[in-house]
Amino acid sequence: MAILELAGISKHFGAIHAVNDVSLDLQAGETVGLMGDNGAGKSTLVKIIAGNFPPSHGKMLIEGKEVAFHRPVDARKHGVEIVYQDLALCDNMTAGVNVFLSRELTKGFGPFRVLDYGAMYRRAAQLFTELKSETRPRDLVKQMSGGQRQAVAIARTRLSDAKIVLMDEPTAAISVRQVAEVLNLIRRLRDHGVAVVLISHRMPDVFAVADRIVVLRRGRKVADKATVQTSPEEVTGLITGAIERA
Amino acid sequence: MSAALDDVINKRTYGPIGYLFTRQTFWVFLATVAACILVSMGSDKFLTGQNLFNVTRNFAFVAIAALGMTAVIITGGIDLSVGSVMGFSAMIAGMVLGAGYPAALGIAAGLSVALLVGLFNGIMVAYVKMPSFVVTLGVLSIARSQGQVVSDNKGVYNFGTYGETLLWLGGKSTFGIPNPVLVLIVLGLLTGFLLRWTRWGAHVFAVGGNERAARLTGVSVRQVKLSVYVFSALMAGIAGILMAGWLGSVTQNLGEGKELTVIAATVIGGTNLMGGSGTALGGVIGAALIEVIRNSLTLLGISTFWQGTFIGSCIVIAVLFDCLKRIRETD
Repeated sequence: MAILELAGISKHFGAIHAVNDVSLDLQAGETVGLMGDNGAGKSTLVKIIAGNFPPSHGKMLIEGKEVAFHRPVDARKHGVEIVYQDLALCDNMTAGVNVFLSRELTKGFGPFRVLDYGAMYRRAAQLFTELKSETRPRDLVKQMSGGQRQAVAIARTRLSDAKIVLMDEPTAAISVRQVAEVLNLIRRLRDHGVAVVLISHRMPDVFAVADRIVVLRRGRKVADKATVQTSPEEVTGLITGAIERA
Repeated sequence: MSAALDDVINKRTYGPIGYLFTRQTFWVFLATVAACILVSMGSDKFLTGQNLFNVTRNFAFVAIAALGMTAVIITGGIDLSVGSVMGFSAMIAGMVLGAGYPAALGIAAGLSVALLVGLFNGIMVAYVKMPSFVVTLGVLSIARSQGQVVSDNKGVYNFGTYGETLLWLGGKSTFGIPNPVLVLIVLGLLTGFLLRWTRWGAHVFAVGGNERAARLTGVSVRQVKLSVYVFSALMAGIAGILMAGWLGSVTQNLGEGKELTVIAATVIGGTNLMGGSGTALGGVIGAALIEVIRNSLTLLGISTFWQGTFIGSCIVIAVLFDCLKRIRETD
């Protein structure tokens, strides 16, 4: 049974058809590379899965059960974690607090709970170490480099036992060493049976970790092939439209 | 390798003393202390019981309201209605007491109207998504006017049989500390705790820092925004009722114009008007500075017309400090 099924998903913003009749299956432990040019609908599709907004048409099933998300928290409760392209970080707060935003760790008894900064910073430090990032949990995000900020956003996905992890350009701003770590993370997720959707412009990254590649063009799915059955040239052609369909 | 990484992660940019010097609140506190020292050198009336009695009370009312204002401003909003809420709450409490009802009932009634105003502000800003400046500006007029309507523009000069409690709350002391100041201490500690140590506090800062990010990560943005306006109105209501107790009467202009002093106190104390940062202590210290300056000018015989210049300059200088720091950082 597929862990995620999208059946005829469409999303209109007024006259703009961002996503048009996209159907997709995702198996547990599978990594799908979602590719396409700017405006192809990748981010919109992923945001629908993450619960930012509901689709205009179509339905979504997680582990065979139909779901309808109204808020990102709904998606999270169903085991969906996401790294947004703009990272969704609060600059005025520390890295550690950002990682745990809306899922803060507390200590205390009964109704008297206070924030457990110690536990949050320790866990955040652990997650940053795993990602081989030099992000300091106590530093304000405002003062961080792009790579450190990306580590904070990725660390969020490690907080719960997600079944589906969506990553929108997770390697766009980080160093070579850290790219390797993110790709290793994706492989580890796969080993743990987590399904990953990776949106990326970086062909080598996608070909390195994806089991399947799905290409969107102008809101429509134009290809859904196993990585071994395609090539960077073919994918580029599909993205630009040189190749109509595959 | 891992130990080295841990060292890096645990390193902090400033030591504790260095950190203190970067905070606007600390410098304003120093300025307040300096002002106290200067004025007591210039006038021997500053440190008298009677003068301190007035100073601490005046400042306490503004400081209590500033606690609520701080929360609102941290979320990136503003509450212009606090002066009118002070007056409206005080009027209702005064009228209920004046009609012979027990103090607890009068105070509860006063706080209830504050709560209703806060709910209205909060719903308009959080759910109807109106700009806070506009909503609270409208409520400033509406609440002031309703205070006049409800009281038929007649002041309350007698708090009735149970009025003693209110007079004691606003005008008397316990253990040598004026009661309003005690209320301020309790509410100040509570606010500081809520902002720093609860999930609500973290969410208030998140909404102010990046509302969209807060929403996407699952923070109940609308509820948080509603709560800060309710909190601000309640603080204003408490301040207004205490003022009534201190003054011994309620006239329709109680609290008129106070919203600007409250906002000034909050901003001078270090809360950024753009949202995303601020402390409970900041507003209190800001209120203290404003009151000390006001009092100093009077005691030193300087014309009261100069008060506005001094307080206005404080606002500019205090925020200038923060702006210069930011200019230095971005270059």
